[in-house]
Amino acid sequence: MKYLLHIVQPMEGVSEMRFVVLTAVAVAALAGCSPVQSGPAASGGDEQTGQLRVWLFDEVNRGPKEAVVKEAVTEFQAAHQGVTVDVQYIQVQTRAERFKAAFSDPQSAPDVAEFGNTDLAGYVAGGGFGELDLSSWADGQDLLPAVLETGKVDGKVYGLPWYVGVRALYYRTDVFSELGLQPPATLADIAPLARRIRQAKPDMLGISAGGKYTYGAMPFVWANGGDIAREDGGKYVAAIDSPESKAGLKQYTELIADDICPPAQCAANGGDASVEAFRAGKAAMVIGGDFNRKSVDASTAAGKYAVVPLPGKDSGSIAPAFAGGNLLGVMKGSQRKTLATQFVQLLGGKVYQRKMFDAMGNLPTFGDVQAEVAEADPALEPFTKTLEAGTKFVPVTPNWAKVDAQGVLPTLIQQVATGEQDLDGAAKAAADQMNAAFSS
Amino acid sequence: MTHGVTRRAGRGEGRTAYAYLAPALLVLVGLMGYPIYQLVLISLFDYGQEQVSGGAPLTFLGLDNYATLLADRQFWSVLGQTVAFAAFCVVGTLLVGTALAVLATKVRTWARMVLFLAALGAWSTPAVAGSTIWLFLFDANFGFVNEVLGTTGFSWMFGKWTAFGVVAAEVIWCSFPFVMVTLYAGIKAIPGEVLEAAALDGASTWRTTRSVVLPLLRPLLIVVTIQSIIWDFKVFTQIYVMTSGGGIAGRNLVLNVYAYQQAFAASEYGLGAAIGVVMTLLLLLVTLGYLRALRRSGEEL
Repeated sequence: MKYLLHIVQPMEGVSEMRFVVLTAVAVAALAGCSPVQSGPAASGGDEQTGQLRVWLFDEVNRGPKEAVVKEAVTEFQAAHQGVTVDVQYIQVQTRAERFKAAFSDPQSAPDVAEFGNTDLAGYVAGGGFGELDLSSWADGQDLLPAVLETGKVDGKVYGLPWYVGVRALYYRTDVFSELGLQPPATLADIAPLARRIRQAKPDMLGISAGGKYTYGAMPFVWANGGDIAREDGGKYVAAIDSPESKAGLKQYTELIADDICPPAQCAANGGDASVEAFRAGKAAMVIGGDFNRKSVDASTAAGKYAVVPLPGKDSGSIAPAFAGGNLLGVMKGSQRKTLATQFVQLLGGKVYQRKMFDAMGNLPTFGDVQAEVAEADPALEPFTKTLEAGTKFVPVTPNWAKVDAQGVLPTLIQQVATGEQDLDGAAKAAADQMNAAFSS
Repeated sequence: MTHGVTRRAGRGEGRTAYAYLAPALLVLVGLMGYPIYQLVLISLFDYGQEQVSGGAPLTFLGLDNYATLLADRQFWSVLGQTVAFAAFCVVGTLLVGTALAVLATKVRTWARMVLFLAALGAWSTPAVAGSTIWLFLFDANFGFVNEVLGTTGFSWMFGKWTAFGVVAAEVIWCSFPFVMVTLYAGIKAIPGEVLEAAALDGASTWRTTRSVVLPLLRPLLIVVTIQSIIWDFKVFTQIYVMTSGGGIAGRNLVLNVYAYQQAFAASEYGLGAAIGVVMTLLLLLVTLGYLRALRRSGEEL
């Protein structure tokens, strides 16, 4: 309260007495109130009938996904008398607002929701999702451990990995054979290779490397032994300014240069825009996900490309990829906990993950299902190999959402790529901003 | 103000006046006072998503949010950028709006109709749609502007100043119609006899404009200037859409987008509210300063 008195200065013409009264009223008004808070999330209930509400993400081409989900709903309703399942598709772009609203008002919240694994820690801290008990679930044992990690906070499972997404290196086979080139064997090979291609084909980007493409850049950092942040006694400390991290950042930002991928064209690109350049036939290489395959197959690059795991620091190694993907979780305030958990286990189980793979190409999260689909589709091999080689993840803390929203990593990459700041300064600034977010 | 009457007004009359004003005051307090009260209140707390949904207790921070903000170097550079950008847009809007208003009074009816239709079109275009269309116009590879200039491949939105320039052009494009229509009405309302008298006295066009038209337009000019200052200082959509959230490495950030990115998107509502309070105070200061300067130059408002 003392602060208030400092800033309110008596105005000319207002009597001393009146000022004191006004200030007292103001202070009393402020002290008596505090901003609105909704009550602590209801602990939920366990009704066995009624409507189960489900939120799934909308897709560019939703038809096949909707068909699989409808099948699961029909099966679930047949097995549970008096239960209806209402599925709503929400936009990925506006998910933050939708989920925030759902957390603040349990009445409008779903029972089951699909959400991105990088959002998990924030949602759990916000009181959104409850713990999932997968111990007595037969399918559960075959979940890939590294993938299941992305559904955990502090060792407890809050989300069942529905599918996983990893990125690898796409390259144009026609361009490479025309110029007599081999795909890169190490990360350090990429820049010279890309430079040679652009020299021979000035209309082409050597590699489409976006300045906002965080998940394309991080493998460079991880392969060099660096990291975004490391955990230190339950708290995260930024490690993006360590010598190893900077070596990786240097390797990546070197790609955003006039002789490979001109900053004016590439610095503003995120992952989608980077892949788009490859689809348009304007790039000889790009880091793309297994989830991009269908769209690349429907582009001018179709039939003229191949995929290899992104190489690591040493020849023969694979750079750790970011383990992206979506989870299915049960909301903490759900009135139908058991039913919700059962639906998650059905839709996220082996049978329906397999169906989702056939429909959408989503990579399953079960070891055996993954091996099965990889055998049926050899083009998946670079991605499954990348997964086997080990993946990395963003810091599991609710504050990560803040670092993400503030665009700390893209700003760092863009500053270095455009020469606005040197690597040391930009990395230090990013680390400071991250530490400020982690400690808040 | 009619002299004498107010001075002699007794206490009773004052009460009656307040009674008449009460409904308006109530609406004002409800619509303006309460949100501002909440804004100030939230700015004094550590208020994030966890606090909103009741998952974590509220912590009173006092002025810590403000201290954090004022200690942030980026805040100051963004503030400077915002002021310069807004000033440029205000001047541009007023110049274009005034010039076209004068033009509208000089041309034939059909030309005026065309001018007004074009202006109303720009005025009624939603900000997001307008920004996107301008973005297409200035697209590096397929944009009309590059085609005309023969600079295909030039990325307007990459450089800091070209990006700011294109966004400023869009802002001026969608805000000049208000100035133009208002001033056109103002010019039309100047009695013909006054202008005739000036002409009879042998005043040149320039002299008439300076000594007759502009002074008569002054109240309107003040209104459109203040409006423009407030609008252009609070630009959000154009920057957010056209520079995809603040440009390369955030070099095209303005205060509103900065507040959204640093605070609201990051669920730091307390900090965001603090930025809001600072912006409100700044705008009040600028507006009050402007009004005072006018009053000092001897103009009745």
